Parts: sequence; C-alpha cells; structure tokens
Amino acid sequence: MSKTRKNPDRRGFLKGAAAGAAALAAAPAAVKAQNQQAPRGTAPIPSANAVAAETSTPPPHVEALTADRPGADFMVDVLKSLGFEYIAANPGSSFRGLHESIVNYGGNQAPELLTCCHEEQSVAMADGYAKIEGKPMAVMAHSTVGLQHAAMAIYNAYAARMPVFIILGNTIDATARRPGVEWLHSAQDAASMVRDYSKWDDLPVSLQHFAESAVRAYRVALTPPMGPVLLVADSDLQEGPVEKDAKLRIPKLTLSSPPAGDAAAVREVARMLVAAENPVLLADRCVRTADGLKLLVELAELVQAPVVGGKFPSRHPLSQAGGRALIANADLIAGLEVPDLWGAVNSMRDQLHRTVSRVAKADAKIVAISAGDLDLRANYQYFERYPEVDVAVAADAEATLPYLIEECRKLITADRKRAFEDRGKKLAAAHAQAMERARAEAAFGWDSTPISTARLAAEIWDQIKDKDWSLVNGNAPRLWNVDKHYQINGGGGAAGVGYGAPASVGAALANRKYGRLSVSIQNDGDLMYAPGALWTAAHHRIPLLSVMHNNRAYHQEVMHIQRMANRHQRGITNAGIGTTLADPFIDYAALARSMGVHGEGPVTDPRDLRAAIRRALEVVEKGEPALVDVVTQPR
Amino acid sequence: MLSILLTLFLAQAGGAAPAGDAANGKKIFTRYGCYQCHGYDAHGGAGARLAPNPIAFARFQSYVRRPTGEMPPYTEKVVTDKELADIYAFLKSIPAPPPVKNIPLLNR
Repeated sequence: MSKTRKNPDRRGFLKGAAAGAAALAAAPAAVKAQNQQAPRGTAPIPSANAVAAETSTPPPHVEALTADRPGADFMVDVLKSLGFEYIAANPGSSFRGLHESIVNYGGNQAPELLTCCHEEQSVAMADGYAKIEGKPMAVMAHSTVGLQHAAMAIYNAYAARMPVFIILGNTIDATARRPGVEWLHSAQDAASMVRDYSKWDDLPVSLQHFAESAVRAYRVALTPPMGPVLLVADSDLQEGPVEKDAKLRIPKLTLSSPPAGDAAAVREVARMLVAAENPVLLADRCVRTADGLKLLVELAELVQAPVVGGKFPSRHPLSQAGGRALIANADLIAGLEVPDLWGAVNSMRDQLHRTVSRVAKADAKIVAISAGDLDLRANYQYFERYPEVDVAVAADAEATLPYLIEECRKLITADRKRAFEDRGKKLAAAHAQAMERARAEAAFGWDSTPISTARLAAEIWDQIKDKDWSLVNGNAPRLWNVDKHYQINGGGGAAGVGYGAPASVGAALANRKYGRLSVSIQNDGDLMYAPGALWTAAHHRIPLLSVMHNNRAYHQEVMHIQRMANRHQRGITNAGIGTTLADPFIDYAALARSMGVHGEGPVTDPRDLRAAIRRALEVVEKGEPALVDVVTQPR
Repeated sequence: MLSILLTLFLAQAGGAAPAGDAANGKKIFTRYGCYQCHGYDAHGGAGARLAPNPIAFARFQSYVRRPTGEMPPYTEKVVTDKELADIYAFLKSIPAPPPVKNIPLLNR
C-alpha cells in the first residue's frame, strides 16, 4: 500500500489551516525542528519553505483533482464477479469511494445498494437473506462506530452459521486522515473487534490483494460451517486512481464442497441407527437446502425414526413436536447440527440452586454429526456445554446424509424393515394424537382479549395456507403445514434481540424474486431495536406482512425479574419496572405508517383480526410492506 | 366440632378448596403476574394451562409454595393463603372453551 494518498488534493485540506503541527510533521525541516528543545507550551515555528511547500496551491499541471478510474471501480468489478445481488449499508465516509462507484460505475445493479438506518440492520438483513438464498448479501460498514453498531448482528450470524460478506471502510494511513472525525473513525486493526465471532477477515493493501482476498472470503463464508467474513477496504485504496500499468486480475471463484463424514464413521452411525429400537433424529440446523430437506425425509422414512426440531415437514407422521419424551425413551439419539446437544439430553432447573437431571437414559447412545468443531473460537461461549457422545463426526450433516442413507440401505434386513414399519405406525399414531392435542389446546383462550397467540397463528394461517408462503422470522406455529425448506427461518443465532425485524426484511427481499409471500410474526421489543428496517422495506418496495405479537413487554425479562423477586420473597408487583413497554403504549401501526408502511391496529378484539390481516395482505400482494399490530397474550 | 375438623382435613387432603373470592382472585392473578406465564385466562403459555378444571386445591397450593419444576416459588410472604384461595376460585370460575369442532379455523 502506498504511504501517501495517490490523489494529491490532500494539500488542499492543509491550505488555510494553522501553520502548526500538521505542516511540521510533513516537512523535513519540521522534523529537525521537533528534535530541538522548544520552550514548554509553545509550538516550534516552521520555516517559510515548509509552510509554502504544504499550503500553496501547486501549479495546475501538478495537482490532480480528478481520477478517471478509482480503485473502488475495480472493487465493484470484484463484487460483480462474485454475483452479489445487493449490498446493504448505512452511509459512512470511510467507504464513500466504494459507495460512489457502486451507484455510478456499477449502475447500482448487482449489487444494488440497500439504504439501511443502522449497521445492525444491514447485517441482520444479510443474515435473513442468506437463510433464504443460501448465499451472502454484501454489507458495507463504516469503520469503528459502524462496526460497533453491526457487532451484535455479526455475532447472531456467526452463531447461526450464516454467510455474510462485510466490507469495512477504514483509513489506514494516519498521515492521510483528515483531522477530527476521520481519526475517531479509523482503527489500526479495524476487524479485530469482531474477530472472536467472524470466520475470516483481511486487510488488503493493494487492489490485487483486495481481489484475491474477496474471492477467498466469499469461499470461506460459504464453506460449512459458514459464517460472516470481513474485508477492510482502505479509503486510500478506494479513492486513489488505478495505476496505468496495473495488471489487475480477478481470480476464479471455486466454492469448496462441504465436508462430508468419514466413511468409517458414517458406517458406524448407520449400524447404530439400523440396530436401534428407539432412535431419535434431532434435526436442528441439519437442513440448509431443498435437497437437504428431501434427504432428511428419506433417511427418517428409511429407518422410520422420529424427527424432532429443525426443518422437517410438520404434518409428516414422523414429525414429533416437543420430543422430551422421545429422548427420554431413546436408545439412540442422533444430533444433526445441534448447537446444544448437552441441553437436548439434559435439563437444568433455574432455581436458587441450579440442579441438573439427565433426560436421556444413562445407557442411551449419542451421535453428533456437526461441522461446528471445524470452526471453534474460545472467547464467546456460543458452543454450549460439552456433550458426551459415542460417535462424533466433524462434518456437515446435510452433506453427510447421502452417505448415511446409502450405508443404512446396505444394512437393513427384512426383519429390521418389519420392525421399522411397526415403529412407524406407532409414531404416526402419536403424531396424529399430538396434532389433536394441539388443536384442543388452541381452543383455550380462543376468544380472549388480549388475543391468544394460538388464535393469532390460526387467523394468519387461514389466509396464507393456499399461497406460496415463507415465515421469515421465528418458528412456524404447530398447526401450520410446513413442507418447504424456506418456510421456517428461525430466530437470531445468538438470541440477540433486534434481529427479527431487519432479518425479515432481508429474507423477504430474497423471497421477492420467487413471488413468495413473506410473513413475519414480529415481537414488539425486537422491533424497537431497529424499527428503521420498516422504512427500508417501504423504500425498496419489499413485500412483507408483519403481524405484531405485541405483549407490550420484554416478556422474558418480566419473568426473570419475577423469578428474582419470588426467590427473595419481596413481592412481585414491581417486576414490570424496567421490563414493560407501557405508559405510553407504543402505536406500531402509526410507527409503520410514519415510514411509508401500511399500518393496521392496534387490534385488541380477536373478531377484528381477520379483516385487518386481509387488508394488510392486499397491500403486500401489490408488492408493498404492511404491518398489523395485534395486542396479544404474553405467550 | 367434628364437622369442622372433617372440613379442615378434607381441605388439607385436597378434598375441598377453601371458599375464595373469584373476582379478587382475577385481580390478583393479573397484579401478581400469574398471567405472564399462564395467560390472562389461565389458558397456558410459557407456563402450564391452569383452567378450566384446575387441579385439586391441595396440590395447587403445594406446587405454588414449593414448585418442583421451573416455576418460581410463591411463599406466604408473597401470596397469602387467602389470596391463593381467591386465585383458585377464579380458576374454577373459568368456563370451558368452545369445542374444537365448532371452531372452523382449527379444522383447516
């Protein structure tokens, strides 16, 4: 990297400034002056030559005021070569060069710049987008303060193993920074702040370096276990001209095949699975793609094993909600990309003395297939408690499924097949009973005010069930018919609040080109972290139906304070202090309308819900976002 | 005298609940935050469904005082026996929901 800005108009900034330290630092004469003992409290006086050299306007043939091809144009070429559809950003001067090149040189197409109101929003949008699209959205973030805003969302993406491609502006050459804010917004090692929870980062010092690291970063982000990556884009590199004789080349991108399980280990898992009398498949984050969903169904049907959690057709007879009883009765528990396997087979009571009890049988065999161990950091404790397992396969579960299915097929005898069929019948009956119970439970509080969450879910479902829908935030209610991999997007990987609203907008953007109806059941506390996401949805015409689960509180925190108050026997009437969103109540429909989003509500009577959702859906189906504020029961 | 003792015995054994004020119980259910886990109509949520047809009073009282699960304990200092009886009376007053077959949205 050059030590001075290639665009020499830095001189212009110095002109007119006090002929003090800034000028002295650059001139040899000033260096000599600094070595002399100056009287305390006074600045050494620069020589006349030094002042003239730094502050006078160079002759017109010397000062370059324009650049035909800035480095940022080449950076745009690189981004285009990687196929980014969008780049999300809240504007920041440390990437102004790249910003300008995207909208002018790049024609603001592929990538198209998405205007965001907060860097946390930018990254969460990219996270939600990746969950639908299976590839990263680019994000630009301002150095220091911008990355600090983005940090929580990066942690969410890292814990969820979602690929996000972040370009971080920074001004590395200290002598090229404008005085004041540019210093505050520069860092020596800008990406270090999030290095504990990002997969890879680099600080390219040349355009060729940028190209190679960008292609590497893209591949790293998409290799399971996936994760966010960062490239620091030096402002000098962005703004300076591409040198005439530069031989720049964008390397070819070749994505890595995902790591599949070792043959012997997979064979052993297959043997255990076929031999087990009561196996359980914990599917958590196993399915990444449509093919992955087919494979998981194929495996489950092949051995007639119940599937708990994760993406699996909700009305399939082998889909078993809850799963605690199955785990307690299991002789084999197979965790497929389960981040907290210990928590799945044990339970801990949150009382004054925390006690642990094992849910699984003492002699139950446990298998873990997960790529998690392939990228493990020490500081942040996202990896959960160490699970004792009998077979650990460090591999991507979805990529391992074809081999596991093949090995199981080899081992299944006629006897085992009959046993599987008997087990399948019992599981199908259990599934049917569970669905009946869920229907019966939903009837309780059906006409309550505030509105029950079961009623809310049923009212939404009735109006989307015949459409190509995608729940872009949270997990689908029990009675919804989930049978596609994009229909459940889940929550923030690290449970960081403020994820739901922006991630929904990012996912809805990914769904837009497929003509899918994106639906979000939006928590009130979450929306208040980054409500600007609504404006982004309106501005970019992103169709999204947000239905508020507005319990007017950070409800989980209410319960935590209640727990403490009960434990200390102090009465619980003050548990709402600091945990509720009341006095005044927030008018989310008005908030939405203020940002150009269609707003309905607050709906407090369940009989009004159907019409409000219908009106909002009409707006969404025209390609715009809409929000229905529903005042609900706490859970 | 014998009937008084018998009544006390049955109450302690779970055979009968002390008389309670359902209206006050409803207020307490909200004010003391029971609804946060169990819903305003005790139909369940983060916590178990409590109504209609609540468990026997003795079991109810015992669990509230010394829960064996995740529920935080509500000692006499926090909820008196009289208030607990009122809450129980409220739970008993909650009617059964409409049958599932009468709710079209739950049959689609």
